Amino acid sequence: MIIKLAIRNLFHDRARFLVTLVGILFAVVLVAVQLGMYFGARLMITGMIDHAKGDIWIAAYGAESFEQAPLLTGRERFTALSVPGVVAVTPLLVSFSDWRRPDSSTTNVVVIGSDEDEASLEPWNIVEGAATSTSPDGVIVDRTYAKSLGVSGAGEIGEIEGKRVRVEALTNGIRSFTTSPYVFTSLNKAHKLLSIPSDQATFYLVKLAPGAAAAEVKRELASRLPGASVYTKAEFLQRNLDYWLFGTGAGVALLGGALLGLIIGTVIVAQTLYSSTKDHLGEFATLRALGSSSYYIHKVILTQAAVSAFAGYTLGAGLSLAIAAFSGETALPIVFTPGLAAFLFAVTLAMCVVSAVSSILKVTKIDPAMVFAR
Amino acid sequence: MKRVPVLEARHIVKELGQGDAKIRALKGVSLTLFPGEFTLLMGPSGSGKTTLLSILGCILSPTSGTLTVSGECATGRSAEELADLRRRHFGFIFQAYNLFPTLNALDNVKIALDVRGFGAAERRERAEAALRDVGLSHRLNSYPGTLSGGEKQRVAIARAIASSPSIVLADEPTSALDTENGHAIMALLAKLAKDENRTILAVTHDPRTIPYANRVIEIEDGRISGQKKSAEAPHNIAEHQTGSGRVKNNQRRKRHVHA
Repeated sequence: MIIKLAIRNLFHDRARFLVTLVGILFAVVLVAVQLGMYFGARLMITGMIDHAKGDIWIAAYGAESFEQAPLLTGRERFTALSVPGVVAVTPLLVSFSDWRRPDSSTTNVVVIGSDEDEASLEPWNIVEGAATSTSPDGVIVDRTYAKSLGVSGAGEIGEIEGKRVRVEALTNGIRSFTTSPYVFTSLNKAHKLLSIPSDQATFYLVKLAPGAAAAEVKRELASRLPGASVYTKAEFLQRNLDYWLFGTGAGVALLGGALLGLIIGTVIVAQTLYSSTKDHLGEFATLRALGSSSYYIHKVILTQAAVSAFAGYTLGAGLSLAIAAFSGETALPIVFTPGLAAFLFAVTLAMCVVSAVSSILKVTKIDPAMVFAR
Repeated sequence: MKRVPVLEARHIVKELGQGDAKIRALKGVSLTLFPGEFTLLMGPSGSGKTTLLSILGCILSPTSGTLTVSGECATGRSAEELADLRRRHFGFIFQAYNLFPTLNALDNVKIALDVRGFGAAERRERAEAALRDVGLSHRLNSYPGTLSGGEKQRVAIARAIASSPSIVLADEPTSALDTENGHAIMALLAKLAKDENRTILAVTHDPRTIPYANRVIEIEDGRISGQKKSAEAPHNIAEHQTGSGRVKNNQRRKRHVHA
C-alpha cells in the first residue's frame, strides 16, 4: 500500500512530477558528463604510462609530467643497468614540437621516440597501416587527430621541424589530454626530427628482473642518481594525474561541475517533493489520526523519493549513454562505465533521499488534530 | 452483571493557546462509554465538542485529567504511543470524509488496515467485507471524486470499522449529507453499535440524529451540561432505515487488532 500511495501521490500532479523528473534527469546528465569527462581525462593522462612496459621511470629532476620533462644526460642509463634487479633500461624521448600540414599551417604535437625493447613504449591499437621501424621517415598518429594534422590516412605526408615525415599507420583511441596529438616514431628518428643528441633521453624505462622488489630497486636507483627523479609506475601515474587534474585545476573544475549538478538536482527534487508533501499534508494527517506511526509516513515520502530517483535516473542514464557514445570519436571522450552507472544510481538515490529530509521534517511536526479542522 | 467501561475520562481539562490568548476549552469533563452504546455529543459551536472528541480519541493530550482506554491509561503518553493506542482501539469518521483522492474505495479502506499491520490477503478480505456491510460492494473500484457524499461517508465508515475497533468516533458524520443520506448513516452507526457491540460516539449539531442514539451528552462552555437517554429505541429505527447499508454481526472480523 505504501508503494501504491507513493506512486499515486506522485502521479496525482503530473506536471510537478515531470518537473521533478527533468530536474533529476539534468542532474544525472550533468554529473555523468562531468564524471565521464573526468574519467576520460584520467585515461588520457595515464594511457602512455599504462602502456609502457617499464616498471620504473627515471626522469630528470623537475619533470612535471610525461609531456613536460627536461632531458637526461645519458649517463643515467648505464648507472641504472648496474643496479641489482634491473634487466633492461630503455630510453624514451618525448617532446613538444610543431607539425606542418600540407597547407603549410602548423599545429602542436608531442613526438614520442621509442624502440621496441623489453621496457619500451609502443603505439597500440593500430587500425590502419603497419608499424615498420625500418622506414626512414615513418610516424604513427591517432586517427582522431588525422584531420587536425591534415592527413586522411596511412601514406600521407607531413613535416616536423622542417623534416618530412610519412604517416605509416593510424591508431585508434590514443588521445592526448593536452590536445596536442601524439606522434610515435623510432628513437633514432625522434632524435633527428627534434635535433637532440642521440645519447640524450627524456625518460629511462627500467624493466625489473622477475621477483625484484620495485620499492627496493627504486630506492637504490634514487641513491645512485642524485640528479634524477625515480618513480615506480604507480607513482609516476599519480604524479601525472596530480599535475594535470589538480595542478592545472582541470580536475577540480570537472569534479566541481559534478558537485554542482548534485546540488542543483537535490534542490529541485527537495523543492518539488516538499511541495507535494504540503499538498498531501491533510492525507498524512489522516494517516496519523488513523494510528499510523511517523515511520509509516516517512516510508511513503521516502518511497516517493526513490520512485522519482529511479525514473529520473533511467532517463538521465539513457541520455548520458547517448552523449557518451556520441563523444566516443571526439578529442575528449566521455567514459561511461558500468561502475560509473552504478555509482550514479547510488548518488541519485542518495540525492533524492536527502531531498526528502525537509518533507520528513514537515510531516514529523504534523498535528493529527488537523483532521478535525473545519 | 456490571458493565465494564471501554473508555473512561476523568476531570479532563484542556487549555489551548499561550499567554494572554490562552483559553480553557474543557473545564473538567468526566464521562464513561460502554460497549454497544451509541452516544451523541451535542452542543453549540465553540462548546468544546471537537476538542473533547480529539482527547477521547487520543489525538490530543489533555492539560490535566485522566483517560483510560480499554483499561490502558492514555494520559502522559508520547505521540507515537498515542498513535499506537489509536491503531489498536479506535476507528474514526470525519466530517469531510478525509478519503485519499488518489485511491479507490477499496484501497481507501485497505490503507487503514495496512497502517494497522494486516497482511495483504486479510486487508483485501476485511476491506471488501466492510464495504459490503455499508452497501458499497458495487463501488469497490470507484474513486472518491466519483462518489456521492453519502457514498463517501459510507467508505469512511467502512474504513473505520474494517479493523474491528472497539471504539468508533465520528465527527459531524451527517453535516455534509442530505436528509435521506443523513438518516441512512445514523441508522448504520446505530446498527453497528447494536449488532457488533461497538462503542460509538458521534459529535453532532443535528437534532434529527437524536432518535438513533442510546444516550445524548450535552456540552456547553467546556463542561458537560446534561445527559439523557434517548426516548426511542434506536435499534428499531436503525433496522427500519438502514436500507442498503447492511450491517451484520460479523464475529468473523472481530479479531484482535494488530499492534
